[in-house]
Amino acid sequence: MSYRKIVRKLFLFLLTLPVFFFIFFPLLWLFSASLSNQVELFSVPIHWIPEHPTFQNYLDIFFPSLAASSVPRTFATALLNSIKIASAVTFICILVGSLAAYALTRIPFRFNRSIQLGIIATRMIPEVSLVLPLFIIASSLHLINRPIVLIITYMSFALPYAIWLMAAYFQTVPIELEDAARLDGCSRLGILFRVVMPISVPGLVSTAMFVFLLAWDEFFYALIFTSTLAAKTVPVAIAEFVGRYVVNINGMMAGGILAAVPPVLVALIFQRYIVRGMTAGAVKG
Amino acid sequence: MRTIYKLTLLTLALVFLMGATGCAPQQAAAGPVTIHILTMDQAGLKPAEIDQIARDFEAKNPDIKVSMEYLGYDFIHDKITTGMAANPPAYDAAMIDVIWPDEFIKAGYLLDVTDRVTPEMKDGIFPASWNGVTRNGKIYGMPWLMDVKYFMYNKDMLEKAGISEPPKTWEELVDQAKTIKEQGIVEFPIVWSWNQKEGVVCDYAVLLYGNGGSFVDANGKPAFNDEKGVQALTWMKQTIDDGLTNPSSVSSDENAVRDNFMAGQSAFAVNWLFQYSDSNDASKSKIVGQAAFAPMPVFQAGADAGVKGSSVDGSSSFAIMATTPYPDQTWKFLAYLASNEVQTKYSAEMLPIWKADFEGQKLEELKAATPTNPVTVPAFLEQFPFANERPTVAYYNEASAALQLAIQEALTGVKSPQDALDAAAAKWVELAGQ
Amino acid sequence: MAINLTKRRPTLRQQEARIAWLLLAPSLLIILGVTLWPVISTFFLSFFHVPTGINQVRTFVGFANYLEMLRDRLFWETIGRTLYFTVVSVGLELILGLAIAQLIHSRPWGWQFLRFSLIIPWAVPTIVNGAMWRWIYSADFGALNGLLMQLGLIKHYVPWLTLPNMAMNLVIVADIWHTMPFVALVLQAALAGLPEDLDEAAAVDGANAFQRFWQIRLPLLRPAILVALIVRTVDAFRVFDIVYIITSGGPAYKTLTITYLTYLNSFAFGKQGIGAALSFLISAFTIVMAFIYIRFLYRPEET
Repeated sequence: MSYRKIVRKLFLFLLTLPVFFFIFFPLLWLFSASLSNQVELFSVPIHWIPEHPTFQNYLDIFFPSLAASSVPRTFATALLNSIKIASAVTFICILVGSLAAYALTRIPFRFNRSIQLGIIATRMIPEVSLVLPLFIIASSLHLINRPIVLIITYMSFALPYAIWLMAAYFQTVPIELEDAARLDGCSRLGILFRVVMPISVPGLVSTAMFVFLLAWDEFFYALIFTSTLAAKTVPVAIAEFVGRYVVNINGMMAGGILAAVPPVLVALIFQRYIVRGMTAGAVKG
Repeated sequence: MRTIYKLTLLTLALVFLMGATGCAPQQAAAGPVTIHILTMDQAGLKPAEIDQIARDFEAKNPDIKVSMEYLGYDFIHDKITTGMAANPPAYDAAMIDVIWPDEFIKAGYLLDVTDRVTPEMKDGIFPASWNGVTRNGKIYGMPWLMDVKYFMYNKDMLEKAGISEPPKTWEELVDQAKTIKEQGIVEFPIVWSWNQKEGVVCDYAVLLYGNGGSFVDANGKPAFNDEKGVQALTWMKQTIDDGLTNPSSVSSDENAVRDNFMAGQSAFAVNWLFQYSDSNDASKSKIVGQAAFAPMPVFQAGADAGVKGSSVDGSSSFAIMATTPYPDQTWKFLAYLASNEVQTKYSAEMLPIWKADFEGQKLEELKAATPTNPVTVPAFLEQFPFANERPTVAYYNEASAALQLAIQEALTGVKSPQDALDAAAAKWVELAGQ
Repeated sequence: MAINLTKRRPTLRQQEARIAWLLLAPSLLIILGVTLWPVISTFFLSFFHVPTGINQVRTFVGFANYLEMLRDRLFWETIGRTLYFTVVSVGLELILGLAIAQLIHSRPWGWQFLRFSLIIPWAVPTIVNGAMWRWIYSADFGALNGLLMQLGLIKHYVPWLTLPNMAMNLVIVADIWHTMPFVALVLQAALAGLPEDLDEAAAVDGANAFQRFWQIRLPLLRPAILVALIVRTVDAFRVFDIVYIITSGGPAYKTLTITYLTYLNSFAFGKQGIGAALSFLISAFTIVMAFIYIRFLYRPEET
């Protein structure tokens, strides 16, 4: 019996190996490239591990005065901007969206279904379409090149997303708890704040995670709406490593690693909540 | 009822909070005027140097502040068009590629500066540069960077292959490339920037005109799908099929060509000027000291028809945006950028636009200014006169996209060169009619 | 005035509705504020011929922009390509995701590390993902060539991104690397939530592992699969960022997707009327997806 079990475990383990390879091969290559200098990067045959590893690419990013090109200099600022913007978007979405999500899931009223549809529909519109009108409005309000403009425009897709996720989560809160609270004399708002919210913390946290990643990842709006250091975000900074004549691949890889670190860290720290959040959303819909 | 008011107030507070977060304070109360200039992050002057020029300018003009913005070439066009949707425009001036003036003039983006150009400037700067920014007798910008595509080769490789002189015709190039390949020096001796971007049209322009062809005929109708144009495109495909042109060229841009050449993976590479100095940069290049210039070859047929040289113009200039609230200040800055004083100071990085710098004593000084100038300056003087222009039409972007697609289709074997070019020509006719 | 729910008032429903509106107000304000005007503006734009530039005259052309697109061969080819991308990408993500989910569920050695690692590709920003894969596919110096060469599978470096029939598939691989973990994790969480007893009963009855998976667990996973499917389908159809970075639509437009075509029209070609029309065509498709989503998901659940 246990022999069979061991064989089975071994077999399963062997199956995991290709998966690990698939996940880590590109990442390790990315990391290796970030430690190379330009000459090594362009070697044939390929140098899997750089013969002359260097942290220069990272140094260029953190100590910009020493950097040759302007792009690494701005990267650290872009990192900060991204953190600021993603955090603000997440905060507002959770705050405002949780209220809306609760209303849509628990309170039956005439336009409930239509609003749900409408909210989901707004997420369907490609960003490319809304950019120009948004740009015109934003510039007439003198908001261009300020983080605030991205925070506001990101709401257009982050908030519906957040509402939808939290709605799915609220649906899994047992209705009996709410009924019990009502019998105890709780007002609707009371139920929301004193019963549902505390139970839903994992769901809220996981939604916050999703929204943070979504905002962090966004590229196109950031490209169009920002250009000066005041508001440039990480995806734009990465894309800028490809200037007309200045292609700094090793720098870009280093930037890529750094750009991936905050979202990956956030994801890893809150992974318990993500998994739980996904269960709720997935199974009960 | 009260709860409604409370929540409304809360919402309004939130909105204001949003307004307060991340709000950078606007510039200080009325004082110096700030002009915003968009420019390419490219070879020529490095951003640090342009910043220095801006600071020098500000020192001389205390009431003007200059805010420079640097972006990669691929993004500039979009940034200009979106920037102009705003009022006041996001930029007061921008660097524009040689292929954009027609589109931008038609859109009303560029300010007519004919009256601001002094006779001194008019006469002192290369006429070819002025042509790039003049339409219907009106001048719309200030020349900045002159650039053409050069033919560069690796002299060590040629020596090893026993070739004494670089090729004068593309046919000779093929022979030399075959020799180099057979001797195992490199697998793919030639590399080009043929990916689906503007670069492939530049390369095609070089070959097209080198064959005695042209983009449009005297009546403005597309002519690139005639036999000369098809021959050029067929030649391109043939070199890939024969294993002489690196197949990766089909997905390479000019940067990838430079990378390839610098890594010693090719013997011949057509590219803009920047490739030369990068090739001699020991921190990046494996072929320091091996790169050399030669005049761009032409096809035998072209030579027979009297074509002496062929290249493509890739210059850029600065233009003032028509709706800028500060045309005078902006012009002042552009004039400063173009001034002989600045141009000579930085002539080591970027060839000056003043003719005088290329004559007599100044020429000698210019040549001696940097280690690479003795080579690059004569190469420039030799190649620049043969720079061809791409069509100066307002719908150039779309026309070019059609041509890029056609060339790519032919190179990847999706269509025959004739069919592909015919389709592109049809598109050009359609665009002209709109 | 506190709302008192213990007394059954006839206007309870109305009061509930009022509270609902209150809770919804800030969100609706934000969403409508940001999207309403642009959407309406774009909608109107799609009926005009809009030359780029300042003070340009807009001519009303009715449905001409839409017709021009519907008659354009490039449009239909692009839709086809985008559908190909969507179907293959989502299909593969589903299959791989399901397989990996089941793998994790079977608790092999190191399963926790596996689940932990899956999050990383998903958390890596799309742009970084694109740049990374572009470098991997590099014809002269890329890791794919290096790997295949050293494994002896190819004799020469292959210019992957120049092959018209391979390019789209390569973009799909890059996309799957990034998004498959999402599907895998959703399905794994769903699997974890399934009742064990059904499974055990089946085992006792003599069903083997495969049968148990196929006939018992899979049907129960249907809601989860549907969610993942719909979300990913809508996103895949609108793909833009990754194409922008890896191939810019080439070679020969073989990786041109419908959103990229919209971008080209609106920005590179300055044809905003067409761009607006395209936007609405895309939105129409994705809204249809939304309806399918609502219809399937709000079915009474079987337990």
